[in-house]
Amino acid sequence: MEVELVDISEHLRRFEPFDELPEEVVNGIAARVDVRYFKAGSTILSSGETIHEIYFIRSGAVEVYRRNGALYNRLEEGAIFGQLSLLMQNRVRFPAKALEDTLLYIIPEDVFNELCEKYDSFADFVEIGGKTRLRQAVSRAQQMNDVMRTRIQKLLTRDLVSIDAKASVYDAGCKMTEEGVSCLLITGANNDSSSAIAGIVTDRDLRTRFIAEGLPLDTPVSAIMSGDLITVEAQEYVFEAMLCMLRYNIHHLPVMRNKRCIGMISISDLLRYESQNSLLVVARILRAQDMEELIRMKGEMDASFIRMVNEGANSHMVGSAMSVFGRSIKQRLMELAQEQLGPPPVPCCLMAMGSMARDELLPGGDQDNALILDDSYDEKLHDSYFKQLASFVCDGLAACGYSYCSGGIMATEKKWRQPLSVWRNYFQQWIEKPTNEALLHSSIFFDLDGVWGEIQWVEKLKEQIARKAKNSPKFLSYLARNSLNRTPPLGFFKDFVLEEDGKYKNSMDLKRRGSAPLVALIRVYTLAIGSTAQNSFERLEHIRESGLLPAGHTHTLHDALEFISMVRLRNHAHLLQEGQEVNNKVNPENLSQFDRRNLKEAFQVLNNAQKFIKFRY
Amino acid sequence: MLYFPPEKKKPRATPCWPDVFVRRAAEARSPLLQYYYGGGVVDGDTPLSKVLFLALDIETTGLHPGRDAIVSIGAVPFTLERIFSSRSRYWVVNPGRPLTPDSVVIHGITHSRILNSPDLMEVIPDLLAVMAGAVIVVHCRQVERLFLDAALRKSIGEGIDFPVIDTMEIEASYFRRGVRYWLSQFFGLNRYSIRLADSRTRYHLPQYRPHHALTDALATAELFQAQAACRFDPDMPVKEIWL
Repeated sequence: MEVELVDISEHLRRFEPFDELPEEVVNGIAARVDVRYFKAGSTILSSGETIHEIYFIRSGAVEVYRRNGALYNRLEEGAIFGQLSLLMQNRVRFPAKALEDTLLYIIPEDVFNELCEKYDSFADFVEIGGKTRLRQAVSRAQQMNDVMRTRIQKLLTRDLVSIDAKASVYDAGCKMTEEGVSCLLITGANNDSSSAIAGIVTDRDLRTRFIAEGLPLDTPVSAIMSGDLITVEAQEYVFEAMLCMLRYNIHHLPVMRNKRCIGMISISDLLRYESQNSLLVVARILRAQDMEELIRMKGEMDASFIRMVNEGANSHMVGSAMSVFGRSIKQRLMELAQEQLGPPPVPCCLMAMGSMARDELLPGGDQDNALILDDSYDEKLHDSYFKQLASFVCDGLAACGYSYCSGGIMATEKKWRQPLSVWRNYFQQWIEKPTNEALLHSSIFFDLDGVWGEIQWVEKLKEQIARKAKNSPKFLSYLARNSLNRTPPLGFFKDFVLEEDGKYKNSMDLKRRGSAPLVALIRVYTLAIGSTAQNSFERLEHIRESGLLPAGHTHTLHDALEFISMVRLRNHAHLLQEGQEVNNKVNPENLSQFDRRNLKEAFQVLNNAQKFIKFRY
Repeated sequence: MLYFPPEKKKPRATPCWPDVFVRRAAEARSPLLQYYYGGGVVDGDTPLSKVLFLALDIETTGLHPGRDAIVSIGAVPFTLERIFSSRSRYWVVNPGRPLTPDSVVIHGITHSRILNSPDLMEVIPDLLAVMAGAVIVVHCRQVERLFLDAALRKSIGEGIDFPVIDTMEIEASYFRRGVRYWLSQFFGLNRYSIRLADSRTRYHLPQYRPHHALTDALATAELFQAQAACRFDPDMPVKEIWL
């Protein structure tokens, strides 16, 4: 991947639809392009062939035929073809032949899809007329896959129905009836006088907050709306919208693009896309009557994991789904514990650390957790309750397949069961007076998420960390140094370095020496820019936006992490299917040549990134 | 009009490369070269369609392998089916001496860029890893072979040798050997140039900016694909054209 191929990018930029794209995007495309020469008269595509790319004519001329042999189109320099085949399940519809000596630039399918999703001008150019709908129909037919692969924006079928916040509830009710919607977006004036979303009102709100309360008809609609909305981005996957609804237990989600609301999706829109899947697993976890029922869910969670991996979900989706399962289990355990022990004597919050907080949990992951207690906590009076609560939850998690944390990061440890003020102090100490030893064991605390109870405390902690860390060069440099403790398993000649003996002889640990050091590195940059994002892919996005790293750097890190994670996921799924215990050890002999090569490249990216961070901090 | 087909190529004495590699692997003292030769090379009877090629181009401070040094290297892996430009590599290296203004004009690499670049020795492991197992394709074989050989002699005390396919040689064999060529030379018309850009024009390949190692490597890969499409059977054994 070299960005130096200016001849390719400059040429692309001269033609539609690339001329409308930002320069760095075209450079990115040029770096992914392959090339092929066709002699005049030779066949480029034959009917029925499977392709995973589109073709850009660099020079020469190409004739495209219908299947009956009739000439369909004659294309020249700067034209693209093959896109229709990508929209039609990768089957070549129109065979193509070189009319003159022709040089083609080959653009891979994933680049094409990304461009279609991100740039309307590009999508409009390649999808003429009814083809968008065609694609939707194709993906609808693919059952489960569409949840994984369909973007939320494809679900938006109708225009947004909204009303101003100053309007009355009566007007709002009339508008909902006229438009036949169950949910209305409320807009309000923003600081810069552009309209912004203020909230939403649903049928249910009209019932519970208006009619049942007996309010007058001219009540402003803003009085009964739900504010502080949770939203999704248009280019996210349908699956993510689903997880979001599950996580916050809500039924409507405004869909955003470029900070503007462009539509709304409801749970019924999603259920049409769902058959048998993770939604049901979560619902059953939250309904489980006792420990036995909860323990039995492990089999279903594993099955759901295997299915997702086999159906080609990406690591972010799988990690998020597994984390939602884990959260739900923790939430249900907290409730079950309280049925036995009674409600907590002072408010508290169960917090997840590490991979679950990052939405990157995998089956067999550790249960890293901690408890934050209200500052009115009195050790003499309350500790025995919280100790029992912690044991109940941690033992329960272990029984459900989340092994005890070997580093002792669990609420059962007194140190990790403390009032909020003590937690604030912990983070302050780590950041202001970092030592190697302290950070070695505590970097995992910088991935945190509230699971049950006063989760706003955790948000406050995240903000505290984000604010302080970026202004503490000493802390960042300790953290950076820590991230270099594990190096990728690559030798001098770019060969894999394997374990030489023991149970896992001839294998390498993809977590310890692959994803974990990458995640650690990403964490350093995230804290350096003062972002509160937790998921590594989201963190990379924030890092990219901040401009902290050279252009293209975050993109390679993203790809490397995704690739290592996917090999890990497939290994996990394979072991689970074989009924073996999961681990992160992979023997390169068991990988395809393709995987081996890409894995080497991913490790090389990690290697370079480690060199870079060493030089930077 | 009379038509003179290109003269049939005379069989020439090219070494049996797989044997050379086995011998060199045993003789090499540097682990880098042991590794490189240990990777072997395809059998001479392998059909072109099954060979992995690597187009290589090197820009230098001048024309003398003894005196001048490498400034940049471009490498593009490819097969007859596809040029993997997305997997291409490009290195700018510090030649360890000031650049002459002339060469700066040619390859456009400035002094400040060089100062921030690694020494050749640091990129050699990467370069050999990319070269290993592939048949090297260049336009004008002397430059790449001699400069690489000289550079390795200088840095590790041992030279290197490998099979190359020379797109310039292929052009020459079709245009400089034919009777038509001599006739046109004799009458001083229509001089056939076998320079990279001119050779490409004959296959209707586009003009690229010359003297950038990576672009030139890509240009060479495209030229060879074109030559193969027009002149060779994909089943032809690679030993027919490697040198």
